Amino acid sequence: MTAAATPHASVAPAPKRGFRLTPAALIWPALLYLILTTQVPFFMTVYYSFFRYNLAIPGARPFIGLDNYKNLLTDPQNLTILWNTVVLAGGTLILTLIIGAALALLLNRDFPGRALLRTLLISSFLVMPVVTAVVWKNMLLNPAFGFFSWVLTSLGLPPVDFLAQHPMASVIAMITWEWTPFAMLILLTGLQSLPDDQLEAARLDGASPWQEFRYVVLPHWTQAIQVVVLMETIALLQVYGEIYGSTSGGPGLATTNLPYFIYQKAFAEYNIGLASAAGVITVVLTNVLAAYMLRLLTRTSRSE
Amino acid sequence: MKAQIRLRNALLTLVTYLIAAAFLFPLVWMFMAAFKTEAQAFATPPVFIFTPTLENFEKAMGTYFPALRNSLAAAVGSTILAFILGLPAAFALAVYPTRRAQGVLTWMLSTKFMPAVGVIVPLFLIYRNLDLLDTLPGLILMYTTMNLPLVVWMMHSYMTEIPYAIYEAAKVDGATVAQEFFGIALPLSTPGMAATALLCLIFAWNEVFFALNLTSANAAPLSVFIGEFKTSQGLFWAQLSAAATLVVLPVLIFGWVAQRQLVRGLSFGAVK
Repeated sequence: MTAAATPHASVAPAPKRGFRLTPAALIWPALLYLILTTQVPFFMTVYYSFFRYNLAIPGARPFIGLDNYKNLLTDPQNLTILWNTVVLAGGTLILTLIIGAALALLLNRDFPGRALLRTLLISSFLVMPVVTAVVWKNMLLNPAFGFFSWVLTSLGLPPVDFLAQHPMASVIAMITWEWTPFAMLILLTGLQSLPDDQLEAARLDGASPWQEFRYVVLPHWTQAIQVVVLMETIALLQVYGEIYGSTSGGPGLATTNLPYFIYQKAFAEYNIGLASAAGVITVVLTNVLAAYMLRLLTRTSRSE
Repeated sequence: MKAQIRLRNALLTLVTYLIAAAFLFPLVWMFMAAFKTEAQAFATPPVFIFTPTLENFEKAMGTYFPALRNSLAAAVGSTILAFILGLPAAFALAVYPTRRAQGVLTWMLSTKFMPAVGVIVPLFLIYRNLDLLDTLPGLILMYTTMNLPLVVWMMHSYMTEIPYAIYEAAKVDGATVAQEFFGIALPLSTPGMAATALLCLIFAWNEVFFALNLTSANAAPLSVFIGEFKTSQGLFWAQLSAAATLVVLPVLIFGWVAQRQLVRGLSFGAVK
């Protein structure tokens, strides 16, 4: 993150009589709004997570301590969901990094139509996740009429019901399609801020393309890569619309991740207590990962 | 040697174009289907050449307009509210930085990282008690929460770029904080405001989790409207594509226009 340069911190605003807008008065509305809409509900979520609380059974709301958490973390089914969440986020992250980096390197050259291509390539990131899901599910992955099946059969291969036979791989492919432009954009911007003279100096010293990449490009790229990792991890742990629109978490639990599980528990089964506990776990997981990556990020930007 | 490099470059360009084509294909396929008849949309082998029809767009319109109105209201309303709350905060943090300013900024960023599932259950219950479920104000309030940290971060980043000498000159002339805000900070960060607003609009337009859980019929935006196609009309591909095209096109155009600012906003100013 950018550390705000504060060369003018010592300049005190001139004192005046009567009502004055103070910096604090300018900051508090935003702060208060965020506290009311994020911190308060989160603490309520923590509170609910200690109760057996089902909206379908009004009146009874016994305190059960950590039972919801125990239930969540010991039921093997729920461990599948936790694992799905990690596989989905991790798999997509790795693929978007590799494809995004390749695209960024390809676009970081001079060729006709480069600006147009760059503009067009960000499209899939801008498409509403539900639209992505619905279009992929129906028009591309459909076993009978889908485009991919037609490609397979015209190659003489049997058609594949992607979402039934390879649900997780299909969902990862779909979300990778969506997030690759993000990685590409950030990584390309990172590449373009590399001063030409550094590359020239390396070339004059007789560096091979690989050495050039390894010792000049890669170190410079670290920050952009870290931004991609941090932002995507946080976003991908929360993937919801894509699953809602394509597999609805199925078949079975094959593509159910934590957000989708919480949605089902809270809004289909009205199991507020269990959904809350899962919500707390998601927040903790996200924050631990984010804090860890943020620290990595600030450490490298300081060492530069 | 030179010819070899030229050949290599041409090949790399070709590869780039091929990958780009593959990436754009799902969207192109959707756009094409929007102008086909249902039979053509389903045909195997797929139809690539056909006489375009506008019939699907006419059919989709009926259900599209109420959802469009809700999406517009939610996106514009939340962007305006996030600006009203966020601009003064960004200004204060940029121009009057205290020791705690960085802490406040980081905390605000952390709220953006808060998974929606961590707050949705109590929010749903609160909304139910306050009669905010399935209302536009309810949706606008949540989207404001989502976009407020972004507004503060982006605008803080743009406002710190305004040379401090300008503020000093104004202070010498006896300008008040309000005059600095309205007279200097806002006019000089207009391009930043435009970029931030575009991002807020895109995020609110594409959001689905809050929309799905806090609205049902009256206030349902486009994300919910498209989601419903998967069950009720999943087999009408052409009509679905027409509706999806109408939903996606405004955001695509916005995003293409603002692509440079996109990088800055998406990375919260970490990459410029």
